[in-house]
Amino acid sequence: MQLENNLIIRESKLSKVKRLFTRKRNLNRSIWGDLGLLILLAAFGFFSAYPLIMTASNAFKPLDELFLFPPRLLPRNLTLGNFKDLFELIGNSWVPFSRYFFNTIFITMLGTAGHVIFASMCAYPLAKYKFPGKTLFFTLVVYSLMFTPYVTNIPNYIIITRLGLIDTVWAIVLPAVGSSLGLYLMKQFMEQIPDDLIESAKIDGASEYRIYWQIVMPLVKPAWVTLIILLFQRLWTNTGGTFIFSEEKKPLSYALTQIAQGSIERAGTIAAVSFIMMIVPVTFFIVSQSKVLETFSTSGMK
Amino acid sequence: MEIKLRTKRQQLWFEIKQAKHLYILMAPFVILFFTFTIIPVFMSIGISFTNYNLLQSPNFIGFSNYLKLFLEDDVFIVALKNTLILAVVTGPVSYILAFVFAWLINELPRHLRSFMTLVFYAPSISGNAYLMWLIIFSGDAHGYLNAFLIQYGFIDQPMQWLTNPDSILPVIIVVQLWLSLGVSFLAFIAGLKGVDKTLYEAAAIDGVSNRWQELWYITLPSMKPQLLFGAVMQITTSLSIAEVSMQLVGFPSIEYAGHTIVTHLIDYGTVRFELGYASAIATLLCLIMLGLNLFVRKILRRVGE
Repeated sequence: MQLENNLIIRESKLSKVKRLFTRKRNLNRSIWGDLGLLILLAAFGFFSAYPLIMTASNAFKPLDELFLFPPRLLPRNLTLGNFKDLFELIGNSWVPFSRYFFNTIFITMLGTAGHVIFASMCAYPLAKYKFPGKTLFFTLVVYSLMFTPYVTNIPNYIIITRLGLIDTVWAIVLPAVGSSLGLYLMKQFMEQIPDDLIESAKIDGASEYRIYWQIVMPLVKPAWVTLIILLFQRLWTNTGGTFIFSEEKKPLSYALTQIAQGSIERAGTIAAVSFIMMIVPVTFFIVSQSKVLETFSTSGMK
Repeated sequence: MEIKLRTKRQQLWFEIKQAKHLYILMAPFVILFFTFTIIPVFMSIGISFTNYNLLQSPNFIGFSNYLKLFLEDDVFIVALKNTLILAVVTGPVSYILAFVFAWLINELPRHLRSFMTLVFYAPSISGNAYLMWLIIFSGDAHGYLNAFLIQYGFIDQPMQWLTNPDSILPVIIVVQLWLSLGVSFLAFIAGLKGVDKTLYEAAAIDGVSNRWQELWYITLPSMKPQLLFGAVMQITTSLSIAEVSMQLVGFPSIEYAGHTIVTHLIDYGTVRFELGYASAIATLLCLIMLGLNLFVRKILRRVGE
């Protein structure tokens, strides 16, 4: 034990690289254990990243490079040909590409904005007050996390038809706005806001609405970002399914998956499609990772 | 007695009036949540006892949908079996992997930690990038896996990974595991970051001498809430595998080898429009999910005790 610790200290003085494997506060670590686990991590990391790297790289490969073996991680002759093919394919359909794009932007913006605002409006009383019906409602929210949205698909179709919302963007937006995971995360995050802040605002005569909008909302910005990411991803990849059937109302991911339905000869175009679909949410996550993790630190269940 | 009851009711009414503004704040979300989540669950139960196809009005047929499900529908039994196999494998494995990776990542220096978090989380937010596995598992000699195995002499002929009933489930399992480091993985990373560091120092003095003891005596008990949350997320996902199966091995898949309860539900709900029958499938799935979740929650509460 003692010897090992001395070794760790000496090693870390020796080289900066080796210091990556050890940290001063960890008393119970051996170099071999660290090294072994690091190799394990690297191996699984490669497994995890490989399909994504290949997707990105195939999107920029000319056709003759696509089926080379071993497949190259990086294209030799970078080309935008696959994207050109993709836009040509979409350009040939009778609905202009810009229309699909606009539909997706509209659905995504409306849905995420609505979700963040309504979910946090609902989360604030749940997190900070006691009132009749609170426990029952929150229990329902937790239970709803336990089953998949597939379960409610058929009744949703009936309800949306009865409400006259079928074949409108609302058929996709409204159920997404009311999804419970966001509410759950937001409520858990709000619980850590100090009660004193809210009390003192009340003494100053602020109404509940003002407290919510001017005090609580600015404090939960990390949770906004998380809710935005979760819902963004859901709406961005939504194809409209059975809920939207008019061609001119369909979202981008519908048009893209139609194209991707082709056979292996379209591998380049499929990769270009997948690249477009993945790069937006992934970039979003890169930018906001620390805020997302901050939110999840309060996600625990009792 | 009469008076006491009344004051109780008055008290409740008073509390409700007091909380008026809170109810107004909650109203928009509550309405949407009930309309698209809670009411549908009960509707689904109701429709499952009827014969309904959207065109004619439903008529009550009792339990016959459920009886048909178990006694006559062989495909459902296959779907049930596949779903359980997929859930039993991908559920626990993905849950443990999510925790182990989060735990290993947590010890890395900051920038490497963010990078590895991205590497493991990215598949689950990458839309349909999992279609890449179509090329990896492609049945001709150009498929990456086939090309690799042929190159190194493991096989002579390309294997039909996506159309051979024996390899369909394993393929779905691999891809599903690849996709499965999602929300629960983030919760674990965040939970590990939040464990009180002084506990480890105290434990080292108390004789905890390796990382496994640290894990069992300090780390796991400290992040029990995140573990429970992660379990709910992982169970729900592992029981609702459908998209990956439909895109990779087809819908319906060869010999129904990749058929799950959810694809069965989609089949009857959106292809055949037998909504009563589909609702019976949905209700059953919902019950399985709730049951399993509550059962696992009970077990996990005992961690570290």
